[in-house]
Amino acid sequence: MNGPMTEIRNYTMNFGPQHPAAHGVLRVIMEMDGEVIERLDPHIGLLHRATEKLAESKPYNHSIGYMDRLDYVSMMCNEHAYVLAIESLLGVVPPIRAQYIRVMFDEITRIRNHLMWLGAHALDIGAMAVFLYAFREREDLMDCYEAVSGARMHATYYRPGGVYRDLPDKMPLYQRNDREGDKGLAARNEDRSGSLLDFIEVFTERFPACVDEYETLLTDNRIWKQRTVDIGIVTPEQALQLGFTGPMLRGSGVEWDLRKKQPYEVYDRMSFDIPVGVTGDTYDRYLVRMEEMRQSNRIVCQCVDWLRSNPGSVMLDDYKLSPPPREEMKEDMESLIHHFKLFTEGYSVPPGQVYSAIEAPKGEFGIFLVSDGANKPYRVKIRAPGFPHLAALDEMSRGHMLTDMVAIIGTQDVVFGEIDR
Amino acid sequence: MGATKDLRSQVQTISSEFNALITEDSLGFTVTVSRSSSLELLGILRDHQNTAFEQLVDLCAVDYQTYGQEAQRNWDNDRFAVVYHLLSISLNQRLRVIVPVPEDDLTIDSVIEVWRCANWYEREAFDLFGIQFQGHPDLRRLLTDYGFIGHPFRKDFPLSGHVEMRYDEEKGRVVYEPVSVEPRVTVPRVIRDEWTND
Repeated sequence: MNGPMTEIRNYTMNFGPQHPAAHGVLRVIMEMDGEVIERLDPHIGLLHRATEKLAESKPYNHSIGYMDRLDYVSMMCNEHAYVLAIESLLGVVPPIRAQYIRVMFDEITRIRNHLMWLGAHALDIGAMAVFLYAFREREDLMDCYEAVSGARMHATYYRPGGVYRDLPDKMPLYQRNDREGDKGLAARNEDRSGSLLDFIEVFTERFPACVDEYETLLTDNRIWKQRTVDIGIVTPEQALQLGFTGPMLRGSGVEWDLRKKQPYEVYDRMSFDIPVGVTGDTYDRYLVRMEEMRQSNRIVCQCVDWLRSNPGSVMLDDYKLSPPPREEMKEDMESLIHHFKLFTEGYSVPPGQVYSAIEAPKGEFGIFLVSDGANKPYRVKIRAPGFPHLAALDEMSRGHMLTDMVAIIGTQDVVFGEIDR
Repeated sequence: MGATKDLRSQVQTISSEFNALITEDSLGFTVTVSRSSSLELLGILRDHQNTAFEQLVDLCAVDYQTYGQEAQRNWDNDRFAVVYHLLSISLNQRLRVIVPVPEDDLTIDSVIEVWRCANWYEREAFDLFGIQFQGHPDLRRLLTDYGFIGHPFRKDFPLSGHVEMRYDEEKGRVVYEPVSVEPRVTVPRVIRDEWTND
């Protein structure tokens, strides 16, 4: 000791793993100089469930439900990449109506994801109300999930060869309860009297005004801008080096969207725009995602129009891949055998390897699938968009204050289901 | 998303001096190259104006130990492979690069100096498969528990693992014990004849 004036410079600080701003289970070891971050080391894997290894031990269809649980705020998009990989190895193309349904639900999922991101991001930075507004609309989209699959989150709706079933003609209704009686029941059920498509259509009419509402809360808000403008700037060169995709890449001004550049399903028939940022800071990425919600809404509208006027099959008529109808099974021996084989053994996929990627709400979500011809995948590698984003947390946070790191975690839109897998 | 003819000829020219094997199917385009030249080739693929793979989209390892086992086919190549998925944003093309890694020498050059995002991908491949990336500045485990033993994604690592943990009331801490779960296969793995003829 040299007396009372001993200077303590850097010190190490632990953040998480249980912290509301850690978005799940992130532990960060930070080396601080006062309140400024010198460098940091994220510790991940606390939610590691070895999804890829589990998928290797199960027939192909059994793992669709695992995909929901990766990025658990954009469930159907994960399923989409997985079934696309299987379909490309099998060399099958789902019916056109199934493709439209997938595109529509991908975009519904994108809106859901961005609403969750918006609420959580704003909450991290201190704006409490936005979360409540965002969840109001998210609730309606959960009802859409529920209507098609019975589950509000983990849908398991996409299947190789199409989707599990066609869109329902009825929406689930609110029931009378003892606490509130009939009060407000009719109003709550007003949009739900028609089919799912009617419900979605009403939603798309209402939603742009909702985005305006969120924007009045944030876009010109002085505190919001102080917390996000010039925070976590990523140059386009950096973004490419760091493996950024999705809004993180577009926020830096790189116009890249798989839906436009390498279209899958029927995205080439959709008209929509790709928003890009200018400075690559947290505020730009916020603006990009807000605009993406509006664009997704446009795509949903176009899908609703098409789906209304084009009924048809939503699943391939190939009983090696999809189960035959129940009635047929009771009459026809061959259908019964197909059903039995499909549910006891599954289907085999020709040997080969494929990487199929989709534009998930967070970026490029890819599945690298290796098959040796068996009824189970030989190797599944999940390319999660959040993984390289979080890996760049160190580079993005250096020289920023501790509180800014929370804003950067928010803007990265990390979900540990997909990062830890 | 399949690669264009143009990319094929470009990659052929670039990789001719590296003795690389180029294969193409309807699903994409793959270059297999040996460990000794992988780092150099990947660097050129990034910088050459006609390939311009600015992004490393994915890096993973594959363990081929039991590949085709159910059909009595033997894998006649090295046991492991590191697979790179490259993406060119400016030219809108993709490429897969496969580098075999033999079991008795699990080393490969790190590509961290080509793409910075390889950092975590290589840590993950090291963690799950035990492949040593030479030149990586910080090759620690990434996804598994602190103090984890073994490389769980290898085919000879059981699905239920080797140890389980519980809180011990008497010792007042978490203890690790040999796993008590019986391995169970609900659906056996089969390879149907239709694929084995080719």
